[in-house]
Amino acid sequence: MASNKVYWKNEAELNPNDSIVETLRHNEFVEKLPVDRFMGDKETLSETSTNRRDFLKFVGFSTAAASLAACEGPVVKSIPYVVQPEEIIPGIANYYATTIANGFDFASILVKTREGRPIKVENNKEASVKGVANARVQASVLSLYDSTRLQGPRKGSESISWDDLDVAVISHLEATKSDSKSVVLLTPTYASPSTAKLIAELQDKYPQVKHIAYDAVSSDAALNAYEEVYGERALADYNFAKAEVIVSIGADFLGDWQGGGYDSGYAQGRVPKHGKMSKHYQVEANMTLSGANADKRVMASSAAQKQMLAALYANLTDTSVSVSLSDAQQASVEAMANAVKKAGSKAVVVTGLDCQHSQKVVLAINNFIKSEAFDASAPRYIRSSSNAELSALVADMNAGKVSALITDGVNPSYSLPNAADFNAALSNVSLTVAFSQLANETVEAFQYAAAASHYLESWGDVEIKKGHFALQQPTIKELFDTRQIQTSILTWIGQSDVSYFDYIKTNWSKSILSGVSFNEALHDGVYSKSTSVAKYKSIDASNAVAQIASATASDFELHLYTKTAMGDGQEFNNPWLQELPDPITRVSWDNYATVSKVDALDLGVVNENDANGGLDGSYINLTVGGVSLSVPAIIQPGQAPGTIGLALGYGKTAGLKSEMQVGANAYPLYQNFASSQEVSVSLGSGMHEFACVQLQNTLMGRGDIIKETTLEVFNTKEAAHWNQVPMVSLDHQEVEATSVSLWDDFDRSIGHHFNLSIDLNACTGCGACVIACHAENNVPVVGKSEIRKSRDMHWLRIDRYYSSEENFEADNQKKENFSGLFGDEGSLGGFRSMEDPTENPQVAFQPVMCQHCNHAPCETVCPVAATSHSRQGQNHMAYNRCVGTRYCANNCPYKVRRFNWFLYNNNDEFDFHMNNDLGKMVINPDVTVRSRGVMEKCSMCIQMTQKTILDAKREGRVIKDGEFQTACSSACGNGAMVFGDINDAESKITALKEDDRMYHLLEHVGTKPNVMYQVKVRNTSEA
Amino acid sequence: MKQVLYRNPITFFFGALMALLMLAPASVQAQELGDAAKGKQLFNQNCAACHALNRKMTGPALAGVYDKYEGDLEWLSKWIRNNQSLIKAGDDRALAIYNEYNQAQMNAFPTLSDQDIKDILAYTQAPPPAPVQATAVATSGAVASSNQTGVSSDVLLGALALVLGLLLLMLYLVTKTLKRFANANGIEVEVTKRKPLWKAYAENQFLILVTVIVLLLASAYHMYGYFMQVGVDQGYAPIQSIHFSHKIHAGDNKIDCKFCHSSARSSKHSGIPSLENCMNCHKSIYEYKGNPEGPSAEDLANGYTNEFYTGEIKKLYAAVGWDEESMQYTGESQPVEWVRVHKLPDLAYFNHSQHVTVAGVECQTCHGPVETMEILQQHAPLTMGWCINCHRQTNVNVKDNKYYESIHKALSEKYGVEELTAAQMGGLECGKCHY
Repeated sequence: MASNKVYWKNEAELNPNDSIVETLRHNEFVEKLPVDRFMGDKETLSETSTNRRDFLKFVGFSTAAASLAACEGPVVKSIPYVVQPEEIIPGIANYYATTIANGFDFASILVKTREGRPIKVENNKEASVKGVANARVQASVLSLYDSTRLQGPRKGSESISWDDLDVAVISHLEATKSDSKSVVLLTPTYASPSTAKLIAELQDKYPQVKHIAYDAVSSDAALNAYEEVYGERALADYNFAKAEVIVSIGADFLGDWQGGGYDSGYAQGRVPKHGKMSKHYQVEANMTLSGANADKRVMASSAAQKQMLAALYANLTDTSVSVSLSDAQQASVEAMANAVKKAGSKAVVVTGLDCQHSQKVVLAINNFIKSEAFDASAPRYIRSSSNAELSALVADMNAGKVSALITDGVNPSYSLPNAADFNAALSNVSLTVAFSQLANETVEAFQYAAAASHYLESWGDVEIKKGHFALQQPTIKELFDTRQIQTSILTWIGQSDVSYFDYIKTNWSKSILSGVSFNEALHDGVYSKSTSVAKYKSIDASNAVAQIASATASDFELHLYTKTAMGDGQEFNNPWLQELPDPITRVSWDNYATVSKVDALDLGVVNENDANGGLDGSYINLTVGGVSLSVPAIIQPGQAPGTIGLALGYGKTAGLKSEMQVGANAYPLYQNFASSQEVSVSLGSGMHEFACVQLQNTLMGRGDIIKETTLEVFNTKEAAHWNQVPMVSLDHQEVEATSVSLWDDFDRSIGHHFNLSIDLNACTGCGACVIACHAENNVPVVGKSEIRKSRDMHWLRIDRYYSSEENFEADNQKKENFSGLFGDEGSLGGFRSMEDPTENPQVAFQPVMCQHCNHAPCETVCPVAATSHSRQGQNHMAYNRCVGTRYCANNCPYKVRRFNWFLYNNNDEFDFHMNNDLGKMVINPDVTVRSRGVMEKCSMCIQMTQKTILDAKREGRVIKDGEFQTACSSACGNGAMVFGDINDAESKITALKEDDRMYHLLEHVGTKPNVMYQVKVRNTSEA
Repeated sequence: MKQVLYRNPITFFFGALMALLMLAPASVQAQELGDAAKGKQLFNQNCAACHALNRKMTGPALAGVYDKYEGDLEWLSKWIRNNQSLIKAGDDRALAIYNEYNQAQMNAFPTLSDQDIKDILAYTQAPPPAPVQATAVATSGAVASSNQTGVSSDVLLGALALVLGLLLLMLYLVTKTLKRFANANGIEVEVTKRKPLWKAYAENQFLILVTVIVLLLASAYHMYGYFMQVGVDQGYAPIQSIHFSHKIHAGDNKIDCKFCHSSARSSKHSGIPSLENCMNCHKSIYEYKGNPEGPSAEDLANGYTNEFYTGEIKKLYAAVGWDEESMQYTGESQPVEWVRVHKLPDLAYFNHSQHVTVAGVECQTCHGPVETMEILQQHAPLTMGWCINCHRQTNVNVKDNKYYESIHKALSEKYGVEELTAAQMGGLECGKCHY
């Protein structure tokens, strides 16, 4: 078969002596291969003598070796305790009542620990005050396992021992004892009786010590006003459950206003009972959670808000005041005044204006109407900082009046509006010590870094409200060589043999507890005693009214606010919180300027979608008092024209991994701690890439997705009118969609049948459930660029919709009236226009998770039967069976299935908590950590329902109503999510299923979901 | 008033000397005291938990205690019956011993009769010699007998082979003779030339096709079998860092599984007992005495001698940080790394308490005869098929369980059966084990 043919490769071969021929014989490729492009390190490659065939041999061999090795199981070691702690049984969770008090968030909580590791934060339902954990508190357990935490005390970058630090501090304190210079202790608001006592003892020993409380986000105006009126520096507290009419002038009380935590009470009044529900007026500039939930929302700049408040006061007290309001605003004031007058003591007025006069006027109004919602007996102690004191601090430092500065848990080098001045003034301070968990900006600027313990590693106590005490206990031993500042102070005052726990115990037994043992209080986590009602001092309100009535508007007003996910920015390095989409804008991993549509047009700001669907927005430059900041802009429906919103707490860089360095720091614009600022705005250059999870903002007239009605209709008409079951055609007859099915029904009447009810009236969109789900189900964090590609992994999302007309009802009408394709009522242009929200839209929230359909479309298309039915109503997902075809996700009408595009654990590309051993300690051992290439989704917390069933079986008893919970339902402090067994006729969920307001999402599809919604009722009738 | 002896240390010294001198006739005395054999029995029942003869344990070594206290039978009886009253009364000797052992309270034995106490003391004076081990002979005998049966079968086989060989030889000889006869008679034996069998086979395409198919099917079958056992570790019996014999603990000593693996009752994990838990018994069990007949030949062949086991107990002491001399923890512990035998993949959820407490399944159902395992091994395949099979066959244990009452009644009516299997109860649903 041999051939004699000669194949010439090139001309050079004609000359047998040509050197090229020889070269080519050894070199298959004439041109150099771009190996460096696909094989990384250039140097090692150029040194290696491996050719392609060798490479293939290696590959072949290693593949064979790997597959052989894979057949051998790994040897797994099990290491039991030497001495097993009495309370720990491996595999069984323990719960401890404790309290978070970080200066911004205060809450009584339960901490779930497994084998000694805290893994989840739950609500402390026994606590009468702040027993509900918001999203940040839910996520705070992950900050415990932050791999970037300070692991021991340091001087500069050099590690030292605690003794070294104590010696340095004590010698300084001793040396400056008779000095005129002060030693300043700058701390967050502790609201802690024991710490206050301890600091007083420190001051007794060292009179030069001065304690200054610093809240990054100030409530100074409200504190001053309350002090002036009630004689105590505290915050007025309200119980919105008792209010039938709520008027809020710029107070985002469903957000972080005055420490937050008002949503449970609010939600109680929002669910229609006996034909009644509260009526909520909101006047505000930014679109906030409170505004989104309000029955009537009025857009107003802060100047207009002040004037409206003045007009409201005048109207209520039948006095007169001259204000320059628009007609619409004037009309709203009258409507509010009428409503308040009618409700009398059942009304309440609150304000979030950073203005002492306004705060005083509000206190005067509530006193005037004798508001029952206002609680004069127990004001809140959780904010205390004074703007004057803080301004004086930097001045004193500059003047050399401060010899030492010791901070704890605050980050003034980042969060002070004049942080640059503060940092410069540090050179005049001879000793600077920062107690901090992270290597933040302050730690970088200070001499000593004292590694502080996380609150889950610390003892503590808090008086959240007057007479309402809470205890903090450690749930884990310190992970590192850290200390809480109280331990250090005890050492400094020469009581190093006393632990802070003993100190608290003594203090509580002596001066707080009566009739209750300390252990009992520690078990409950809370203790309350009765207090006296504060007296209202008669004040000259008319002067305050006159002051605010004359407020003048500026061209552009900047409204600084705190985001649901980030708060004041303490937990900035928490990937769960970074990935939690903002409930209003649905943007994660960013802060941004919110601009009204009108102003956006004027400024030339655009929001557009990239080819991959991602949202892009123009940059704008904001200048406040000579400080400029370039931030991306989002066009925000409902933003008052002439105002711009910007969130504080972002833009940290110190000690952070690059993927965590997001957003812009707005604190330099927070001048004089005023949340509204005069600002000049100009269009910046370039576009910013947002990670926004919701690109469709309106309902397009599809009123069956979020069904809603007004209280009037709800009270007067049959359910069939306002909660219509969709009709379909069967044999040319109109029949109810729920009566038609392609499938045979499965009998679920025996055993348990789980249902989840979501009350759209009680849901405020706070996002606590999303984080609770994250923590319970080991949901991975995917990072900004993946979110931008809509690859978010949240099992539970809270959809937010805007109306494109004045309200959703008008949307529905508009869609109904479409006729033909073109023209004014044509559907082509009509639908296009419905994609845009109106200027001040109605807003609706809808939490959506797997609906656990009884006739699930996902199940029928799975080629490997990885997702299947259960008798208990849960739609199962067997990850180990899934091959990743993603048919199920495509066939799911609710779009709740999430695909693992990548391996999100042990992967440097996703360098979040699941990529390091410390962060992995938060993982729930009862739930599989999913791998690449499988589909995942809400399991209705089957690990929790199974545990409840097993506990009952083991104890041989019947399960009571309320025992079954999911992570979201137990996290929801508003009672919006109720979970239970509908085969239990007595249960709450059965009653909700029979409720007139009950409907299923996309009922006409015929999926028969086990998740139900309760029709949203709006109280739109005017008094 | 109490009688106080040995006030003077010198008298005490002489007393002790006297006692030593009296050791020689002690055995004689012991016999006078009581029955040492009966005493041993009583000692093991009442005293052995805290006392050994020649070794300090929770309490002092008791060998020669009678002499130690100068044969003061009255005092000893008082002490044994109710030591606390002596201590309370402020008796010097009682206080001395009480304080020496960290004021550990000794149990009172008011029920022991005078004779019992005498018997015990007799035993402590002169423990009877350990029975001579006559097992070696017995075992060798056993080996010999078993060998005999082996020989007999071999002989039988040999004989058969011989017969076969003879037959073959005869056949060969017969053919040879016949051929010779034929040659001699000039008869040509016709040998028809036939196609060789292999060639015929090779030329038959149908046969080849069938063979190939059969071969392919067979290899596929075996391949499947091979791959299905990948990751199935049935019979896995790793060497552990301490040779812990379940046979001795659960078998010989009949310790309940859940005594050590207590969390199997309440948790998903059966739990490995903490070393402290081991020490509850091993504080007093410091050596392995073996069964009275001595180690079996099999044990000896594996090196499982008494000394070997005692050495393993010392490993436990080293790990837990127990100083045998002072009977105290040193505080220096080194947790034991056990090699995990039963390991389900992360994707499967298994709860011990569900099976042990609720269903009342015996541990042995899944773990096999652990009480006979010298080295623990994985008995069951732990495959999903194995789980499901059991769920299909096992009835739900509903006895006295209020949880099941109504559910079981309704479901059994629905399925028309008396008792429901775990599968009918929903035990085959994917999400019950995979989440």
